[in-house]
Amino acid sequence: MSHATAAREFIADSQRTKWHDETIWFVRHKRDLAAASVPEWELLRSTASAIKRHTLSRLDEYLEQFEQNAIRHGIKVHWARDAAEHNEIVLKLLKEKGVTNIVKSKSMLTEECGLNPYLEAAGIEVVDTDLGERIVQMRKEHPSHIVLPAIHIKKEEVGELFHEQLGTEAGAADPNYLTEAARNHLRDKLLNAGAGLTGVNFAIAETGGIVVCTNEGNADLGTALPPIHIASMGIEKLIPRLEHLGVFLRLLARSATGQPITAYSSHFHRPREGQEMHIILVDNGRSGILADEDFNRSLNCIRCGACLNTCPVYRRSGGHSYHATVPGPIGSVINPVRDPAKFESLPFACSLCGSCSEVCPVKIPLHHQLYALRGVIAERGLLPLSKRAPLWFATAVFRRPWLYRAGGRMARMVLRCLPRALVYNRLNPWGRQRELPVVPEQSFRRAYADRQAKRSK
Amino acid sequence: MNVGLFIPCYIDQFYPRVGLATVDLLERFGATVDYPEQQTCCGQPMANTGCQDDARVVAEHFLQTFKDYEYVVAPSGSCVAMVRHHYAGLFGTDARVEAMAKKTFELCEFLTDVVGVEQVEGEFPFRVGLHNACHGLRELRLGNPSEHMAQPFNKVASLLAGLRGLELVELSRSDDCCGFGGTFAVSEEAVSCQMGNDRLADHESAGTQVLASADMSCLMHLGGLARRQNKPLAVMHVAEILAGYEVPQPSPARS
Ligand code: SF4
Repeated sequence: MSHATAAREFIADSQRTKWHDETIWFVRHKRDLAAASVPEWELLRSTASAIKRHTLSRLDEYLEQFEQNAIRHGIKVHWARDAAEHNEIVLKLLKEKGVTNIVKSKSMLTEECGLNPYLEAAGIEVVDTDLGERIVQMRKEHPSHIVLPAIHIKKEEVGELFHEQLGTEAGAADPNYLTEAARNHLRDKLLNAGAGLTGVNFAIAETGGIVVCTNEGNADLGTALPPIHIASMGIEKLIPRLEHLGVFLRLLARSATGQPITAYSSHFHRPREGQEMHIILVDNGRSGILADEDFNRSLNCIRCGACLNTCPVYRRSGGHSYHATVPGPIGSVINPVRDPAKFESLPFACSLCGSCSEVCPVKIPLHHQLYALRGVIAERGLLPLSKRAPLWFATAVFRRPWLYRAGGRMARMVLRCLPRALVYNRLNPWGRQRELPVVPEQSFRRAYADRQAKRSK
Repeated sequence: MNVGLFIPCYIDQFYPRVGLATVDLLERFGATVDYPEQQTCCGQPMANTGCQDDARVVAEHFLQTFKDYEYVVAPSGSCVAMVRHHYAGLFGTDARVEAMAKKTFELCEFLTDVVGVEQVEGEFPFRVGLHNACHGLRELRLGNPSEHMAQPFNKVASLLAGLRGLELVELSRSDDCCGFGGTFAVSEEAVSCQMGNDRLADHESAGTQVLASADMSCLMHLGGLARRQNKPLAVMHVAEILAGYEVPQPSPARS
């Protein structure tokens, strides 16, 4: 389904659309206040961008450095070429230990790899411990936002869901009550898990350690008891030195939610006593993007979600309309870069307003990349005829000034004379909700010529 | 100052008054204006749809038409952004393109930055809601966009501020996109109109009487929505206001 069609379905519920837009705009507004409170904000952005670009320019070296240091501290490092390999590694580790139930903290990478269904098919119980993720998991849905996974769901709907699945009171919609119920339910799962899985926000080459940021502390809880901790990270999560971390931590939470810092920034630098710690380094198409000079800056992304929050299209169309793990502006870049045929409509789900590029803490020129991607789609012949044909026609007109003049005159005449039903119909998407301009008698060209003639008299 | 006037295709066909106001203003501030008859379009619709080859053909025509002028001025931020930022991608390193990028200006930016106009004399006793069009704002930096942490400024607003009686209304979202976006307005019709209606709602609650912008394309979209819903909102290009033109009577949807 194209983005436009899915978006139309979402917007059909105008109350939800309005609420979705306003809720997410509120987060964007909090981000503005938080960013404005840091006088050197723009300098931080340029610094972060420079660090990321440097890291990516010699990613191989830093990855090796990271691996060596991690191993030195007793962490087991695995490499996965793609999603399938990643999932196999996880399953193998769990099987070796005879684990049948695991807890996960939020990780878009495992979402990207389709880990949950894979493990479930192998008979393993997987419980997402981030509250929002747990909600979408219980609804058998995917996250619709990379930081606020359940942002598309209203609290009343959560009340209903918990009533059905957790036995809370019918009709309850009080966030405190519902959160408490979820906590009790999750506590049980956390206490009895056979393994804890986390994502990785930053991996530090210099130390061989990783940092995981959460607001609920669920990554700590999920890894504190089980005998094994598995962390999955995309190879682009690396930063060179510990001293660089502060730059990113200051940007991440402010950009994501407007908080000065996430409630928990947990450092894992060696296995706890008696515990095994594994890190899986996942490529899954990233080295391909790295090799693509036009689009490799998209690997700067620290998944803060700010570009989603600011995006006027995302706010109105909802995350699921993108049909991809990562939605919004950054998703509309990375998904079509990997698979242009499958995600052909995403670069067009954008008015090119440029707000995403301004907001991005690592300065990815998102809207320019979306613009460039349209060229890639057209070049590969993936542009639907409905988009292509009118422009062939227009080009033929615009390259011939005489034809443009004559055509313009005719079009205006026709528009003035045609009965309304012939102008406003199903073939004219402009006119479904909008009037066309009032057609003037004269074009500017004519009016100007008349005026010049009068003057010279 | 010898100015080649670029009047984008849709302004030529639908909004002649905006073109005339542009000429008036340029002449008032001492420019010699010439309107080359051969002009058509800057190529933006093609380029924004990814059809680079088609865009190049139209852009080539633009380069030919305007090559001999000292300046090129257009009352449209997005067309100027096309010339200044995207021609390079179409032609690669090309001295003609570089020269054109340097001498092509959006009208308000030309008045403030090249001519050095600080304020415009005149009267306009209305509550004006300024729509900060995205391309002018974020590509040309006619103002500081709300996401960017820097000293606020707004070239369009400061030109308007000189008019007696004019009151700029305070919007709750100063520069959220209106949803026009060129072919986006058609290919993503539902989102586009939702965005536009949200902008209109913001202006209505702020008490806007005249909705103004330096980009007519956004106003074509917003005005089209407002007229379909018979909203009592006048729509004017900033050039029309600065040139002292009258507020048009909102014309109801044609039956
Ligand atoms: S692209 Fe930038 S703004 Fe968007 S999620 Fe990534 S880091 Fe954040």
